[in-house]
Amino acid sequence: MARRALSISTGLGAAAIVIVVALTLGTIVPLLWIAEAPGRIVGADWAVLRFTVVQAFLSAVLSVLFAVPLARALARRQFWGRQALLLLLGAPFIVPVIVAVLGILAVWGRSGWLSDGLGALGLPALDIYGMTGVLLAHVFFNLPLVTRMLLTGWAAIRAEQFRLAAQLGFGPRDMLRHVEAPMLREVLPGAGLVVFLICLTSFAVALTLGGGPRATTLELAIYQSLRFDFDLSRAAMLALVQMGVALAAAILLLGLGRPAEFADALGRVAERYDTGGLWQDRLVIGAALLFLGLPMLAVVARGAPALLTLSASIWEAALRSVTIALAATAICFALSLAIAWVLSTGRAVLAEGMVLIGLTASSLVIGTGLFILLRPIVDPFALALPLTAVVNAVMGVPFALRVLLPAVATVRRGQGQLAASLGLSRGVWLRHVLLPGIRRPAGFALGLVAAFSMGDLGIIALFGTSATATLPLEMAQLMGAYRMEAAAGAGALLLILSFMLFAVFDAGGRYDHAR
Amino acid sequence: MITLDNVTLGQGGFALSADVTFRRGVCTAIMGPSGGGKSTLLHGLAGFLPARTGRITVAGLDVTDQPPAVRPVSLLFQDNNLFPHMTIAQNVGLGLRPDLKLTDDQHVRVEAMLADMGLEGMGARRPAAMSGGQASRAALARALLRDKPVLLLDEPFAALGPAMRADMMALLRRVMADKALTVLIVSHQPEDAARIADDIAVVAEGRVAPPQDRETLLANPPGALRDYLG
Repeated sequence: MARRALSISTGLGAAAIVIVVALTLGTIVPLLWIAEAPGRIVGADWAVLRFTVVQAFLSAVLSVLFAVPLARALARRQFWGRQALLLLLGAPFIVPVIVAVLGILAVWGRSGWLSDGLGALGLPALDIYGMTGVLLAHVFFNLPLVTRMLLTGWAAIRAEQFRLAAQLGFGPRDMLRHVEAPMLREVLPGAGLVVFLICLTSFAVALTLGGGPRATTLELAIYQSLRFDFDLSRAAMLALVQMGVALAAAILLLGLGRPAEFADALGRVAERYDTGGLWQDRLVIGAALLFLGLPMLAVVARGAPALLTLSASIWEAALRSVTIALAATAICFALSLAIAWVLSTGRAVLAEGMVLIGLTASSLVIGTGLFILLRPIVDPFALALPLTAVVNAVMGVPFALRVLLPAVATVRRGQGQLAASLGLSRGVWLRHVLLPGIRRPAGFALGLVAAFSMGDLGIIALFGTSATATLPLEMAQLMGAYRMEAAAGAGALLLILSFMLFAVFDAGGRYDHAR
Repeated sequence: MITLDNVTLGQGGFALSADVTFRRGVCTAIMGPSGGGKSTLLHGLAGFLPARTGRITVAGLDVTDQPPAVRPVSLLFQDNNLFPHMTIAQNVGLGLRPDLKLTDDQHVRVEAMLADMGLEGMGARRPAAMSGGQASRAALARALLRDKPVLLLDEPFAALGPAMRADMMALLRRVMADKALTVLIVSHQPEDAARIADDIAVVAEGRVAPPQDRETLLANPPGALRDYLG
């Protein structure tokens, strides 16, 4: 009985894996069925592929280039507000893409703060639509990600190495060459590839800041083929190309080793004896603060007044978004927990496979496959909201799994035998042992999944109509109609709701520990 | 001669006070319970911890405010003494030039030092390919190439087995005699102290007691040392 109780059926976990694989890799089947022959890839398609790869490559290079001095400065300086800046580095994980884009436009756009300043000096306004805007937004999102990865790398350098360097009289060049460069060589390729992969499947940024024949990504082209041209076979072919490129990059990434983990060491400042470069570090930290903070400030400054005059359709969209986010989070948790249980017994290959799926999955590719599959049976547009919830849940699984898996494995290893010897029932084991044991990481992971789902502008853009629009879609439509005031209000609401959802889940996870 | 004149060294909430003199050309074993301040003392002498009060002099030279690289001391750490991505020769060469732009003469000196430490022909290896004893010898080789009159050792051989540790102690004894070094060595092993040290200084509860002759001290150990030795 006890053994049976503890083996929270491997069948459930296996079923969860099948669901996730079917909804991600499985969508290849209908795509292959209907896709145009590769020979029919025309010049415009090659241009789309080229732009997708080039923007992803440049986004990765720029993010890494700016992240190195920022992480170095943060790793060796203790200053007032450092903790707040580290929190700000976490914000892009929660801030919806469409909100950040609005903030970026408010600072860098034609009517933005910078253009206003330039205008006052008699200079022309900035125009960031196209490659510039796409790169700007991608660096905004990925600079913090790479910086956090590098900070973990810096924290991993032993204190003795810095002491040894001080004793041997290392100058800044020697320090970089002998102590820091070896760490950078280890962390940077993986970090760069992660950014490359993220930007490869970027849709919302390309939709709002790109577009046009010279700035269209594969994701955007899939969306246009399906939504405007209703060319299913071209959409399927583009989806396959997208999947192929992402898969190749993901395999390369796994070949380099797992990307750096986010350790708890971010808050630590290494004791260092090379005290030079203070002003360069201050300059770098100040520039990063402005680059990351100003767009957020702009969203709040422009959106807060408009919050009082939001239309009924925005409130309705907000309600739909919250409902979808909660449903997606619940489904994601059930799937992730079941899979984590199966994988916690050391099935490393399967775990790596799930990471691979997470790195290559794209909601537009999944959406195209589902559209082709469902169309003969049911009107896919009528299922917009449930489909969005399910796909968002599945997209969140690999991430949630990465956080939950070590926690589940720890509980299983530490208390599994004790629970078995006591003959705990399945319900008691789950309620009183497993869930309390993984509460904190689960709260954090689910908070991020909820915030991601709240701000997602992927599959809903494919299937959504004015009657089923979520808040991000409503916002994108307002921006498309140049109703920027109303968009700013919706953006502020979306920002508040995303942070609230994250905070509620995260605090829920911490509550027990605080007691 | 190393003098700590009413020195207070701090690390976090811990403070160590010292008003002692270590004899020149003598090996002093630093002994005492864990958390008593042994490593703090060595880190203060090496310049990794600023003195909150007092003065530190080495051979009459005030080093209190000097940075680690300038002080006339070399410190061997408990571990992580070698850079893993460099060869043994490069690790040792750092003792001569941090940028590793060694002249032909300096390359010869590195090779000679490696040979002297029993590491002949191993210069091209990486630390991971060396045994614990060989890595300790390489770290000692680099410290000696720096040509500093004071050598501080913070349990550098703690991870070695008894035979290898005895081997390293014998090597250290020879080097000390050859180069007339002043050595301070932190050790938990009374037999190490018996093997190598002339004097013993007990560090306990944030205080450094003046060093005493080894034989005298071990024959009649003070309370803190007696409790520690059991």
